[in-house]
Amino acid sequence: MSALSICNVHKRFGSIEVLKGINLEMGSGEFTVLVGPSGCGKSSLLNIIAGLERQSSGSVEIGGRIVDGIPPKDRNIAMVFQSYALYPSMTVRQNITFGMECRNVPRAQRYEAVARVAKLLQIDALLDRKPGQLSGGQRQRVAMGRALVRDPLLFLFDEPLSNLDAQLRAEMRMEIKQLHQRLGSTIVYVTHDQIEAMTLATRIAVMRQGVVQQFADPETVYNRPANLFVARFMGAPPMNTLSARLEASSLGTVAVIGRDEAAMRFPVPAAAESWIGREVVLGIRPECIAEPTRYFSDAPGSVLTVSAAVEMIEPTGAETIVVLRVGDERALGRVSPDLQPRLGATARFAIDTRKINLFDPVSGDRIA
Amino acid sequence: MSEAVPAAARGSPPAALDLLRRLPEFLTIWVPLLLSAGHLVSFALWTIWVSFTPSTLVPVSGWTGMRNYTAVMATRNWQIAFDNLLVFGCGFVLLSLLTGLLLAILLDQRIRGENVLRSIFLYPMAVSFVVTGTVWSWLLNPGIGIQKLVNGLGWTSFRFDWLIDRDMAIWTVVIAAVWQSSGFAMALFLAGLRSVDADLIKAAQIDGAGPIRMYRRVILPTLWPITVTVVVIQLQFAITTFDLVRALTGGGPGIATQLPALVVYDFMFQRGLLARGAAAAVLMLLILLAVLLPYAAWRYVQHRQAAHA
Amino acid sequence: MREGTFAPGRILVYLVVWLIAAAYLVPFAVVVLNSLRTAEEIAQTSMIGWPKQLAWNNYATAWADFCVAQTCAGIRPYMLNSALVTIPATVVSTLLGSIAGYAVSLWRFRGDRWIYGIVTLGIFLPQQMRLLPWTIVLRDIGLTNTLTGLVLIHTIQGLSFTVLFCRNYYIAIPQELIRAARIDGAGFYRIFWRIVLPLSPPILIVTVIWQFTHIWNEFLYGVTFTTGQQQPVTAALIALSAAVADIPQHGVQSAAVIIAALPTLLVYLLGGKYFVRGLTAGAVK
Repeated sequence: MSALSICNVHKRFGSIEVLKGINLEMGSGEFTVLVGPSGCGKSSLLNIIAGLERQSSGSVEIGGRIVDGIPPKDRNIAMVFQSYALYPSMTVRQNITFGMECRNVPRAQRYEAVARVAKLLQIDALLDRKPGQLSGGQRQRVAMGRALVRDPLLFLFDEPLSNLDAQLRAEMRMEIKQLHQRLGSTIVYVTHDQIEAMTLATRIAVMRQGVVQQFADPETVYNRPANLFVARFMGAPPMNTLSARLEASSLGTVAVIGRDEAAMRFPVPAAAESWIGREVVLGIRPECIAEPTRYFSDAPGSVLTVSAAVEMIEPTGAETIVVLRVGDERALGRVSPDLQPRLGATARFAIDTRKINLFDPVSGDRIA
Repeated sequence: MSEAVPAAARGSPPAALDLLRRLPEFLTIWVPLLLSAGHLVSFALWTIWVSFTPSTLVPVSGWTGMRNYTAVMATRNWQIAFDNLLVFGCGFVLLSLLTGLLLAILLDQRIRGENVLRSIFLYPMAVSFVVTGTVWSWLLNPGIGIQKLVNGLGWTSFRFDWLIDRDMAIWTVVIAAVWQSSGFAMALFLAGLRSVDADLIKAAQIDGAGPIRMYRRVILPTLWPITVTVVVIQLQFAITTFDLVRALTGGGPGIATQLPALVVYDFMFQRGLLARGAAAAVLMLLILLAVLLPYAAWRYVQHRQAAHA
Repeated sequence: MREGTFAPGRILVYLVVWLIAAAYLVPFAVVVLNSLRTAEEIAQTSMIGWPKQLAWNNYATAWADFCVAQTCAGIRPYMLNSALVTIPATVVSTLLGSIAGYAVSLWRFRGDRWIYGIVTLGIFLPQQMRLLPWTIVLRDIGLTNTLTGLVLIHTIQGLSFTVLFCRNYYIAIPQELIRAARIDGAGFYRIFWRIVLPLSPPILIVTVIWQFTHIWNEFLYGVTFTTGQQQPVTAALIALSAAVADIPQHGVQSAAVIIAALPTLLVYLLGGKYFVRGLTAGAVK
């Protein structure tokens, strides 16, 4: 029995379709992240799961039970909001126990539950304060406390870290991950930040314009993106996407970028054979283009060394990002800070050919 | 503070010439502001001074100590006016608060025709108190108003003659004032209701709050600052009411609906006792300060608290 | 819940709200209907009723023939008085208020906080504290019982509101705009004319609506500082009511009331949200 099952959910606002047939299933204890640019429908989907909005068609099951038409309070869920949504006129303790109050849980039980949760989140000292007297990070913990105390089947997070500064965000990310590992809760987490998605999720659902582009674990989404959109959306700096032509050669199928002497040839998997003679898009991440001494793998043919002209250098301290000319296009590489390439000069670079992805230039779908 | 470019960089012209060049600007800024501030301060001080003189038909100098104040407070006129002010103040503020809140909550329910309804509840504020008072004096007049209508319809024992009833007349002023000013309270409360964080409502829905609990525990508590503002403004209006009473009852029947503002006018322009009138005006000011000063203190404390958080 | 999920509750809401709305509309409706009835009808049935025939002549009488105190020229001269007082006072106080508001919030000068504080405290000073001094001042400059005197009073007193409104509005304009203009070489007037004023229409509309409404509807000063022919329409209405106590002519009186209330009602209907903004702005002190 899956913890959450979304079957063919559509959502229409008048003539605009915000969700176009969403199908997702997640098991108990999974941390699912819905990620995508603004307007992709992820918040609408979360609201539908919570019962705050009704879907136009399709059904939602929580814990094996169909919840369509059931109000949020009866769905056994808890939600943490971007703006924390703490009741400003109530103390932290009252904020956390408000749900139990509404369900007429006896006072002793309420207080015991608050104590338990407060200890877990280390907010015991704050219980008698009001939200206005707390810092951003403290407020977020109280919001999580309110969710935890419900002991729900499903936790829903709606961009909870967007209001925090970068450092606090990194800290809270860690805390959320730790909580998940400790409690084994089932979580659906919405964010537009792909780093949060990568670090927190057991599986990522990348969404765009109401459609799930790919639903897989982070490693797959990152290294074998389902289409060009996912490839470009995940990872910063984004994946290089270059136009290439597939040819047959003595070494097997190659993708050719550029013409004549300046042409570079990249070995590609045999699965792409049917595309020989056609134009494709070659995708390779910047970290797969490095200094020639970089170790990628011992497997034969997995490393290609090429010469390319350096057009721009951006040293970041930990590494140097170089902009290279490949054929008629530019590609980003991430090289060791010791390399110190010269602007305008041609230098040699190692390329990890195992991580090459090919895409159909028309549909954007992955070929190999 | 007003020098963006230092004088040295401009090749400093002599200070006097510069002052002359900036004279028009100086005058434009200061003349209206000084006229306004000046007249406020000097008028207030002068009136206070007159209240301590023996002036009758014209202002004269002299010191009479507190005599004018005690004399005013000893008159029946003033005592009735003060009692009326308490009744009117509390009744009016309470009722217009409740009505305004009720209307705001009703309008907040996303009903159709909300804009039309808002216009209906607010239009009395666009109309003079004189008009309101006159119209309501007709409606509440037992001889030609509601009582006569109901009597004419068959219910001959119906009575609604508060307007000429000494004990109830002040309540007619309350009715007319609530009718006129509830829209104001409604407008402010509606703005407050609308500005409640949407996520807060969602969180409460997930927590399982029904509509009554939602309003009582989540939404209405955020309206507290607005409520205080409305109360203060309505109290200020109540204390200085003149137009409405004059038009509605003229202070009557007899002196049953006297209010401080009418007493002031009575002393100053009908009896020619300027000093007594001034004393009555100062008493009015003191009553007003009794409301405004705590409010200002409360706001100050709030500011300090917010700065600490 | 606020999306309207319970039908019987919503019916109750509609019922209550329209009931109260009716209570608000009834007085107005009554007066309008009365203005079209003859005095005999009203004397027979009461102030509340449907006209048997439409007595449009009530309006004509109210406008031009009706007798108030000694003169029988209808309400027209008093409407004119009100207009001659309200319009200049509104325009001048708004203009001065916007320049002063700009000076206090954007231009800044030494002592600006203080003077602004005192000026806006004027909102709280009761009219009664100013009656006597104004009497003396008007007498000394020879403006007793003149419309000009009223214009003077309303202009100076209006500054408390107009400066408050404009200053609170201009405060939202970024200081950088002014600094950039000064570096460009612009002075006090040019900045006001070219930068601040073009941004001002919303607050100017709010201020004009507020001032017009308040000055037109004002009564105390009108009745204190002018008499007889010089009075504004609000004072005339009271005199009207007093004069007809023996021979009621409620039809004509109702017409007079409608005419007197019309200008501010029209401003309200046309002003819409700007009117409301004035209300909430005044409360933000």
